[in-house]
Parts: sequence; C-alpha cells; structure tokens
Amino acid sequence: MKTTNENGVKISITLLRIFVGWHFLYEGVIKLYNPEWTSSGYLASSQGPLKPLFALLTQPGIIDWVDMLNITALLLVGITFTLGVFERKGAIVGIGLLALYYLAHPSFPWLPQMNVEGSYWFVNKNLIELIACLVIYNFPTGHFFGLNYFIKRKPSKVKSYEMD
Amino acid sequence: MKWTRRDLLKGLGGLPILGAVWWAGAASAAYKRNERSEVLNQLGISPSLPPSVPNIDGEPVRVGIIGFGIRGEQLCRSLGFATKEWYDEMKIEMEENPDNKAVEDFERQEKLNVKLVGVCDIFDVRAERALNSFNTLENKIKRYSTYQEMIHSGDVDAIVIATPDHWHAPMAIEALKNNVHVYVEKPMTHTLAETYELQTAAEESEAVFAVGHQHRQTLSFKTAKDIIEKGTLGHVSLIQTNTNRNDDNGAWNYDIHEKASAQTIDWQQFLGTAPKVPFNKNHFFRWRKWWAYGSGLSGDLLTHDYDRLNCVLNMGIPDSVVASGGVYTHNDGRNVPDVLQVNMEFPRFSTGSSQVKGKEQGMTFCYSATLGNGFNRPTILMGHDATMELGNKLTVWPDGSSTRYAPMLEEGKIYPHTPIYQYNPAANVPDAISSATSQYFADKGLMWTYIDGVRVDSTFLHMREWLSAIKNGTNVSCGIQEGFDEAITAHMAGLSWKLGRKIEWDHEKGELVRIEGINFDEVLLAGEWKIESRELEKV
Ligand SMILES: NC(=O)c1ccc[n+]([C@@H]2O[C@H](COP(=O)([O-])OP(=O)(O)OC[C@H]3O[C@@H](n4cnc5c(N)ncnc54)[C@H](O)[C@@H]3O)[C@@H](O)[C@H]2O)c1
Repeated sequence: MKTTNENGVKISITLLRIFVGWHFLYEGVIKLYNPEWTSSGYLASSQGPLKPLFALLTQPGIIDWVDMLNITALLLVGITFTLGVFERKGAIVGIGLLALYYLAHPSFPWLPQMNVEGSYWFVNKNLIELIACLVIYNFPTGHFFGLNYFIKRKPSKVKSYEMD
Repeated sequence: MKWTRRDLLKGLGGLPILGAVWWAGAASAAYKRNERSEVLNQLGISPSLPPSVPNIDGEPVRVGIIGFGIRGEQLCRSLGFATKEWYDEMKIEMEENPDNKAVEDFERQEKLNVKLVGVCDIFDVRAERALNSFNTLENKIKRYSTYQEMIHSGDVDAIVIATPDHWHAPMAIEALKNNVHVYVEKPMTHTLAETYELQTAAEESEAVFAVGHQHRQTLSFKTAKDIIEKGTLGHVSLIQTNTNRNDDNGAWNYDIHEKASAQTIDWQQFLGTAPKVPFNKNHFFRWRKWWAYGSGLSGDLLTHDYDRLNCVLNMGIPDSVVASGGVYTHNDGRNVPDVLQVNMEFPRFSTGSSQVKGKEQGMTFCYSATLGNGFNRPTILMGHDATMELGNKLTVWPDGSSTRYAPMLEEGKIYPHTPIYQYNPAANVPDAISSATSQYFADKGLMWTYIDGVRVDSTFLHMREWLSAIKNGTNVSCGIQEGFDEAITAHMAGLSWKLGRKIEWDHEKGELVRIEGINFDEVLLAGEWKIESRELEKV
C-alpha cells in the first residue's frame, strides 16, 4: 500500500464506507418510520437451501422480532459507517445481514428469481455490498474521516502545532 | 486543548451526512403516510369485520347428509367430521408439501353444535366410507337407502344436499314440506318449474333454507360492497368474470372408482327423472357433462361468479341474457359446452354516478369461460372513476379520466396505474396453495377467508350461519331469494346457448318472456337440442 497512492486509497475507501453507510441508514430509517413494513413477504417467498428456516421466521410472534432486529442492524451499520466509529463491528453486522439477504434469495441459476431487476449469475448486488463491507472491515478509515479521528489523535499534539 | 477546524471537519464530517439521510428517510416516510391517509380519508372505506354469530346452544342439531361424494365429504369436514381416508391422503400431501396446513386448519376449526346422525348415498362405497369413519359408540350413524326415508325418519332435524344437480330441488322440496331444515348445494335447481316450486315450498315451510354459496362469507367481498356503496368506483358499466381451467378435473373428467358397478350403485335412484339409460359409470361420476343431470359451465361455475357479484352488488336477475360457445376443447361425448361466453344485461342498474344526472345507467356482466386454457384472468369491475379487481384480495385503481378523482389526479396525489386501495387480509399469512386450480378457487372465495389474519374455511362459516339460523332465528345470507336469482340466471344462460337467441326476463310478471312454440324446461333438459333445432330450421 505504501508504494501506491495512499491518500487515493484512503479517500476511495472512505467514500465507499460513507455510501454503504448511507444506503443502510436510509433503508433502516424508511422501515423504522413505516409501521406497516414487514420482511414477512421477502422471507416467505424465500428460495434455496435455507427456505425452511426463513419460513420459520415468518411465524406470528417471531416475525415482529425479526423485523425489529433487521431495522436495528440496518441502523447500526448505517450509523457506524457514516460516523466512522466502531466501523469494524458495524462491518461484521453488515456482512451477516447481507449474507442472510443473499441466502434468502440466492442468485443460483437453478432457482426462480423473484422480484429481481437485472440479471445475475451467482453474484448479485447484495453479494457485492457484502464484499464492500469486507473491504471496510479490513481498511478502517474512521481515524482518517470520522469520530475515530478524535480517539486516535491526542488533542495535546494539536495544541503543540498551534503554538508554532 | 483545542481542536482545529480541520480536525472538527475530519472528525465530525459524518454527522451532517447522518442527519441528512435520517431526515430524508423520516420525511419521505411521513409524506407517503400523509398522502395515503389523505386518499384513504377521502375514500372512507372500512374493511369488514368478521360477522359475529350468536352461540349455537342447546340440543345439538341432528344433521343428515344426502350425497357423500366430493362435495359431501367437504361439507362434513366443515361440520367437523373428517374421514380416515382424508387423513391418510393429507399425510401423503404433507410429505410432499410440509406447508400444507389442511389438517391443522381442520383441527383448529371451532366445534359446531351438531350431531351427524344419518347418511344417504346410493353408491355403497361412499355410504360405507361415511359409516366407517363417523359411526362411533358415542355417535351412532344410520345409513338410509332413500332420501325420503331419511326425511321421514323423524331422526333428522336438518339435511345437507350434495347430490347431482337434478336431485337438488326434489330433495329440498320434500324436506321443506316436512319442516326439515335444508342446506342445498348450488345450482339451486335444474329446471324453471322446480325453481318456482322450491320457492313456494321454502316460503311455506317453517324450516330454514340455505343455498351453498359459501363465498358469501368472504370478508373481502363484504369490504368490496362497502367500497362500491361509497361510490369509489363510480358507475360500473362492465363486469368481467372468468373461468380458466385446463386439466381433467377442471373439465369434470373425474376418476371412476374401481368398485363402481350396477351392484354397488342404485342406478334407478341416480337417474330419478332423467332419461332411462342403461347403467353408465361415465354418467355417474362425470354427470356434469350432460344436461340430463347437470348443466355444465352455466350451472356449475357461472352460478358461483353470478352469486359472488349478486352478493356484492345485489343486482338481481338480468333483463336479458345472450350466450354463445360450444364443445371445443373436450369433444368426448359431452353435450354441455366447454367454452361459453354469457352476456347478462342490466340496463336499469347503477352503482351511482359522479357525472351529470342521467348520463350513466346500465351495466353488462360478462362471464367468459374456457376449459382449454388456465391463464388467470381476474374478476374486474370497471367503473367511470375506478377499476376494482375482486378476489380474496381487493385492489382499486383510479381511472385516468375519472370525474371524482380529477383534482387528486391533477395534483399528482394519485396515479392511474398505482392502486389507491388494497385489501389483503392474508398479508401476514404465507399460503401453501399447491396448484393453479386451487388458486382459482381461493380467489373466488370458495376455499377460505381470513379473519384476524387466520385462514378460516368459508364453507364452515356458511354452515355455521345456517345452524345459527336454525337455532337462533338469525338470517342466512343465501336464502331462497338469492337462490332464485342464481337459478333463473343460470337457466337463462343455458337456454340462450341452446336456442342460440336472446332470453328475456319479465320483472313484472316474474317469469321469462315466452317464445312461441318453445317449452323452456324441455329445452333445458334436452341433450341434443342445438342440433335438433338447427335441423328444424332447415325444413
Ligand atoms: N359450493 C361448492 O364450492 C361446490 C363444490 C363442489 C361441488 N358442489 C356441488 O355439490 C354437488 C355434488 O357435487 P360432487 O362433486 O360432490 O358430485 P359427486 O358425483 O362426487 O357426488 C354426488 C354424490 O351423490 C350421490 N347420489 C346421487 N344420486 C343420489 C340420490 N338420489 N340419493 C342419494 N345420493 C345420491 C352419489 O352417489 C355421489 O356420491 C353438486 O351439485 C355440485 O354443484 C359445490
């Protein structure tokens, strides 16, 4: 990394982190403020090997918890990524969530694709966003742009600059 | 200890992004909610609540079943009695499809205050099947060899009739004359003369009479009624209902039981007043294909669609009916058509109008059926202001040229291709409907409805309503008046197809407008009328 354009990498990954965070946050907020929203339909129409598990989650009593956890996870990833704090923990949650989304409707060529725009062969946008979270996990940028900046830098140091 | 502006920007730069995204999401959700509630307030539709039925207390009603075939078994399950054979079948189904909830639904069903005391079926295998499962030490069940014996036994308070169509009226009339309560399957009658006779018998009897149009219990239809009464659709000028089926069962080619023979079936009793033909298994199991016993699409399926809309609109008997079609998909010896189009005219009917007085009046109800294609065509009500798709779900789309919604359309609050109202009581219930045919029945309200998000068998509700009428004197939703409308309309469709001409109803006289030289009932029962009449023309 040292030899390449280090700043360029930092800026790119920071942008990636903020945009992914933006996306999660907006999804979470929209659902939070729409009391009628439920993941029931998405789960009930699940395809692929984990179909029975997802069907189980749609049961009354369970589905409310699933919906609440889903919103919480979305907001958590959104907040940690946009603010640039605890982003590695956020990335893990994001990877888990996206893996579940992918497994509920995997882009396997032998499965029917329900409510999908575009054409996919194994790899779809959920999977790509999951990899983006993986990048963010491995290259935290919160100390470069984000609340982590304060945690990493000691103000005393700044003060000495100011005295120059 | 001080942060520079650069520090703050780098450290807190995410905050405004977070704030902006949060605000945008919250604002957009609130905006959509407001828009929706504004539109909904304007419409003022109230989704129907389940009917409250008083308890059916006291001595259990003693019920006898006449005809324990496909439908008879279903009706008994709705009363709370399932055969061992059904449990076995469901076990196999559940192995194939673990989501199949039929047994669970059945066992959860409320217990009705009834005693099944008798069965009358002229096919030994079926009568014995009922006895084998339902005859227990606590509950003795008797087999009757004729319906008269059952009705006159003094041991039954009420009978359920699930025999072929040509037996409905004779059995119902006999029971009503003896003050035995009747639940009779659709179509209510097989001829015009019977329809009047049954009407008189029902009016003169002390017993409760109900016709088996269970879809009247579907909650979405009750909501649809409210939607139309509120003028949401404006003036409805056209209704389209359809039958789309493309398999053997759908074309009434049911299995022939291996034990069926002249020894196990009382053939003369099956025939009744039908032409005396020799024993014929095909006729016995597939009776819907011949006018002598059934009436094909018009009696078997148009009746469902007609009554479904009569329950929503209460439009009564059409002024006139024109039908066409033929035997085009199953030329297998049947004499009822398998492709049929029926146009029913209601020139004086209106669902209300948003335009100048007198501009809009009259409606055509078009029933279109084929047994040679299964593409799902939904039921559509087409009004000047909006279009409604009627099924277990309801969807209402505004019309781009609506008068009522013009201001909202102009302001961009609603759009012609986006529904303004949707009613889906099953939203949280993942269904396991296995075949296209069962989806067809479900959409017509024939299988179940949803109460508080729970699936409930509509036939169960319909029978409970009948039992409550017997015990508590409450009303039935499909009584003699509704049955009369249904039967006359179906017969008009059959006659029009057979005669190849328009059949008119005289509302004043309460009878069909006569046609010189034609005996309507003779035509209705005749097998080869179409051909005979064509030959007559040639002479
Ligand atoms: N409401 C609905 O959704 C619905 C659904 C299916 C059928 N149905 C109606 O139910 C009726 C029966 O249809 P099905 O499919 O069960 O037919 P089916 O042929 O399977 O059963 C009819 C039964 O009646 C018996 N039977 C015939 N003549 C008799 C007589 N004189 N006395 C005693 N028993 C006699 C037969 O042996 C047979 O077991 C029809 O009128 C049909 O229109 C209604």
